[in-house]
Amino acid sequence: MVQFSRGTWALLAAATVIGAQAHAGEIKIFTDTSDPAPKAAFQALIADFEKANPDVKVTPTFFDHEGYKTAIRNFLTADAPDVANWYAGNRMAPFVKAGQFADVSDVWEKNGLKSTLKSALPSMTIDGKQWGIPYTYYQWGVYYNKDVFKKFGVDVPKTFDAFLADCAKFKAGGVDCTTTGTKAGWPAGGWFDYMDLRVNGYQFHMDLTAGKVAWTDPRVKAVFAEWAKLVKPGYVTANAAGIDWQDALPLLEQGKAATYLIGNFAVAPLKAGGMTDKTLGFFQFPAITAGLPMAEDAPTDTIHIPVGAKNKVDAKRFLAFVAQADTQTKLNVALGQLPVNNQSKVGDDPFLQAGFTMLSNAAGLAQFFDRDAPAEMAKSGMDGFQEFMAHPERVDTILAHLEDVRKRVYK
Amino acid sequence: MAATGEIRRSYWRRNQRALAPWLFIAPGAFMFVIYVVIPIFRSVTISFYKWDGMGPKVWIGLSNYAELWGDPAFVVSLKNNFIWLLLYLLAVPAGLFMAIFLNQTVRGIRVYKSLFFFPFVISQVVVGLMFSWFYAPGFGLFYKLTQMLSGTGIAILADERFATYGIIAAGLWPQIAYCMILYLTGLNNVSPDQIEAARLDGAKGWKMLWYVIIPQLRPATFIAAVVTVIGALRSFDLVSIMTQGGPYGSTRVLSYYMYETALSEYGYRMGYGAAIAVVLFLIMMLFISGFIWKMYRDETER
Repeated sequence: MVQFSRGTWALLAAATVIGAQAHAGEIKIFTDTSDPAPKAAFQALIADFEKANPDVKVTPTFFDHEGYKTAIRNFLTADAPDVANWYAGNRMAPFVKAGQFADVSDVWEKNGLKSTLKSALPSMTIDGKQWGIPYTYYQWGVYYNKDVFKKFGVDVPKTFDAFLADCAKFKAGGVDCTTTGTKAGWPAGGWFDYMDLRVNGYQFHMDLTAGKVAWTDPRVKAVFAEWAKLVKPGYVTANAAGIDWQDALPLLEQGKAATYLIGNFAVAPLKAGGMTDKTLGFFQFPAITAGLPMAEDAPTDTIHIPVGAKNKVDAKRFLAFVAQADTQTKLNVALGQLPVNNQSKVGDDPFLQAGFTMLSNAAGLAQFFDRDAPAEMAKSGMDGFQEFMAHPERVDTILAHLEDVRKRVYK
Repeated sequence: MAATGEIRRSYWRRNQRALAPWLFIAPGAFMFVIYVVIPIFRSVTISFYKWDGMGPKVWIGLSNYAELWGDPAFVVSLKNNFIWLLLYLLAVPAGLFMAIFLNQTVRGIRVYKSLFFFPFVISQVVVGLMFSWFYAPGFGLFYKLTQMLSGTGIAILADERFATYGIIAAGLWPQIAYCMILYLTGLNNVSPDQIEAARLDGAKGWKMLWYVIIPQLRPATFIAAVVTVIGALRSFDLVSIMTQGGPYGSTRVLSYYMYETALSEYGYRMGYGAAIAVVLFLIMMLFISGFIWKMYRDETER
């Protein structure tokens, strides 16, 4: 009896030790959510997770947004955290193919995520498996200065032709019809995405970014012909190639520009710059080819478990926690973005509501030019779009070059 | 035991003079081999592969180099590197004239000297930011100035024709200060009796400068040229801060293009990046071996 009980105690003790080891109790998270609002949102998320799982301690490391994109390749191979931020679609493919992201299909299966995170399932799936958890996305669209629209007696345009007609009025009044800052390349990528999605539609755009269509194809040329109608008359802010996207925001705030095609992340700095729901408006990018179903850009942010993670058990618990409807509701209210989980509630911000309605009815969701196209194609493409916006007459040279790049990249 | 100790000690005694320099060099040489020599050979090796930095390496021989010649971005970078080299060398005469200008005894001259040297003390990143604001379309001082003079403002960094020159101008600002300080120290060592003698012989102005002062400044000129050439070839930080290679890739230089292809967000072509690095290395070697040969010749002549 004594012997037995002693053995039981030993077993129990061993069990607790093993238990403690299995839940070693610490997960390291590397994230690029270092801007004030996202950082606060993530810190709140981590605090909630620790409250729900008192046996796990989370240590986050916040990276600079741009630096993170370079750092991730080093830390995945050298000193992997347990959880890392990244992006869906083709941006995650190199890490999946190199065997750096762990398969988390079991997290999807166990928590029924294939139904709750359905909209992001295609962009998280490679080779039939899921490689991460999407937690937020946001819409792109046209943000406009309501006061300027009122002053020129202009209504929200439904078609691109109507938009161009409005542009002529703004131009005559000395206001930039639309502003942007393409120094970093991707704002020009956003323009191309929308021109192509509206001229040729979702499937064509996906085929083009997947390298299945030539850049010298007449359908691509048609996109640039439409785009030139906006660029050639000088409806876009001059010298956009020398301006960062943030530096173009004051033009919209001060009424020197009427519209800005950008992601919803611009709302926070615009409001900090003095705009309110009364002066700042949002509309869906107008139709170009009549009757074409409208697809949208909606870049999705994700979290992943590196293959080199030391504590995959707790990391998976964290992923499952982030996938929950209530977590995503709270996280996205703080981020000012849209939850991916379809059981979550959208914040009552008018821009989020508008974006949610728009994306729910979208004919398709593109990730974004630099996430849908492979890195090298994306870089050359965005350089080309930037050049086109400064020199629309060079369109043939630009497209010929992009076709050369396509032939090499997708080989 | 004692005997071997004796032998060892006597071996040390016998060869002490020959061994000591090697022992002193050893730590430095060790670091140099690990951080410079081995990476150079590794880069050359990687340039023969197609490699994304994580997956398996694929041997492709000279394909990366073959691709370089047909790559318009590489040609632009190479061209820009030579523009940098040529214009950056302006820092040497400009520094010389500034040094001569400041080499006088006026009340508070030390303050002026420090003020002129100031740009070199500021980090290149700050210099880049300041010049980007200076050129910024819409609110930049330079933009406003051109707007006032010609009616339409010129956004230097958004215009492919001017952007590279705009960056070089920013780079020259601290580089001139650096050359100036080199010449100021050189001017301290110019022998006063030679100047006196030249003056007695009636040398003045340009003649005095060209035939008497400049020859004596040769060591300073040499160092100024070396640091300027190397500075021009490794120009990276200003390009990265001011334009990120844009507009549409027109301000790329080799070092930035290498970074972009191999390490940046849209890169990960380690082999191709390494090939660019090797080309840059060869260009640098051309200059560096020239300098070393000159230094060697000067030393053996003595």
